[in-house]
Amino acid sequence: MTKLIPGSETAARIRAALPDAELEEAADWVVVDAPHLVAVATFLRDDPALDCRYPTAITAVDRLDHFELVYYLSSLQRNHMLILKTRALDHEAPEAPSVVPVWYGAHPQEREIYDLMGIRFSGHPFLKRIFLWEGFAGHPLRKDFLALPGGQKPGLAHFPKE
Amino acid sequence: MPELRTEPLVVNFGPQHPSTHGVFRMRVVLDGERVVDVEMAMGYLHRSMEKLAEERTYTQNIPFTDRMDYLSAMTGNLAYCLAAEKLAGIEVPERAQYLRVIFAELQRIANHGMAIGIFLNDCGAWQTPVMYMLREREKVLDLFEMTCGARLTTNYMRIGGVSFDIPEEFMPQATALVEELPDRIAEYEGLLLENEILQARARDTGILPADLAIASSVSGPVLRSTGVAWDIRKADPYCVYDRMEFDIPVGYQGDNYDRLLVRMEEMRQSVRIIRQALEQLPPGPFKTDIPLALRPPVGEAYARIESPKGELGFYLVSDGSPTPYRFHVRSPSLLNLTPLKEMTVGQTVADLVVTLGSIDINLGEVDR
Repeated sequence: MTKLIPGSETAARIRAALPDAELEEAADWVVVDAPHLVAVATFLRDDPALDCRYPTAITAVDRLDHFELVYYLSSLQRNHMLILKTRALDHEAPEAPSVVPVWYGAHPQEREIYDLMGIRFSGHPFLKRIFLWEGFAGHPLRKDFLALPGGQKPGLAHFPKE
Repeated sequence: MPELRTEPLVVNFGPQHPSTHGVFRMRVVLDGERVVDVEMAMGYLHRSMEKLAEERTYTQNIPFTDRMDYLSAMTGNLAYCLAAEKLAGIEVPERAQYLRVIFAELQRIANHGMAIGIFLNDCGAWQTPVMYMLREREKVLDLFEMTCGARLTTNYMRIGGVSFDIPEEFMPQATALVEELPDRIAEYEGLLLENEILQARARDTGILPADLAIASSVSGPVLRSTGVAWDIRKADPYCVYDRMEFDIPVGYQGDNYDRLLVRMEEMRQSVRIIRQALEQLPPGPFKTDIPLALRPPVGEAYARIESPKGELGFYLVSDGSPTPYRFHVRSPSLLNLTPLKEMTVGQTVADLVVTLGSIDINLGEVDR
């Protein structure tokens, strides 16, 4: 069975290596503050005991007043998994650092989050919408997206002209 | 001799192109016949399932999972049901777990048959191999039809079990299929693997190094073809896979030919698993009763399975209401496309077609 590393153990290891990072620990995950995300991610990847070289899944949740980014990271060699979270606090214009320099696999997943949730990833090499077209109004997975904004109707009239 | 002026040529590959396996588009920059750059464009089949699912109950969301990867609906159902059960803490009866394994492995055979057949289409063996593969896929779909009434979008698994028990005529037909399949797979190998054209097209093209594959979240047969023996059925067993005996086939260097070999061998391993599961299938109930409007406790869960395409995971967040607060799909087809550019740049445009075919994407799952 894949071992899920408890939040307290991950937090202790991160604290030992990066004392500056502000951490919040829960039973199963660790919440790191956004400015230290890339440093923590690099540590988790390069630390031989954690060895999180395989980013299993990256996603985001709209928590109404802020956005939560969820990183499921695993090590194929040691067969364990840990959950890292961070928050994009500004709900109007959320922004978070990109982890594409750490894991190439984050490339399409961050594009997907940007497209559907509207979180901008600073440092992403190719931050374009992945499913919807450039110019689509709004980000559908946000909780306040109930219909197309501005009274627009979905359909071919608004399809992009290339 | 005066120097010839050259300039790169941009070709739009798709979305309406037979070898893009659906409505997938690549903007390819070519220098002569060599690929210089590949930019993927997707979303032509985007149905915003993650948003739609937030307005439906947990049980009502099961049909969406059929329509993601429509060539392997059973495994889509299974991954979602496992996530919902993990979130709500539901125990599944043993017979249902065995039935799930049987149907998931039958689905893997059907999917890999399609994948291999269509891949050979891309290599130039036009339509004949795919007809052979469809012959076996039909028999698998017949088993699905007699059990749940549907062939493609099965909607078979339920939270807490499966929707129907197998009918009487299932066992003899499934046993006959299991007896027959090893010979069929040997026949395909004899027909295909030594083929000169296939070797020329698939060997040493589309090479994916193992460290790039790991860093790019690649999973499934594409990851195993690079030599990484990672199979969630072994590494993180779900249902009753820990009681089954099977091997993980791996490739040597991650080229297109290795991916074909891995899929071929996986079909054989699936037959082994089905044979064991049919022998061990216990009597008993095939589902537990759950409330119609299931209200899982506040929390979140991620469950994953080894689908035919790779690691299919569902991330569900519950706020205690009958509908999921967040419904996210970790889609193997999308993530296996991540290193496409690295796999194809520097090769010819004909190799690009073969490489895309060997990744085995399904656009229903890429776009969702």
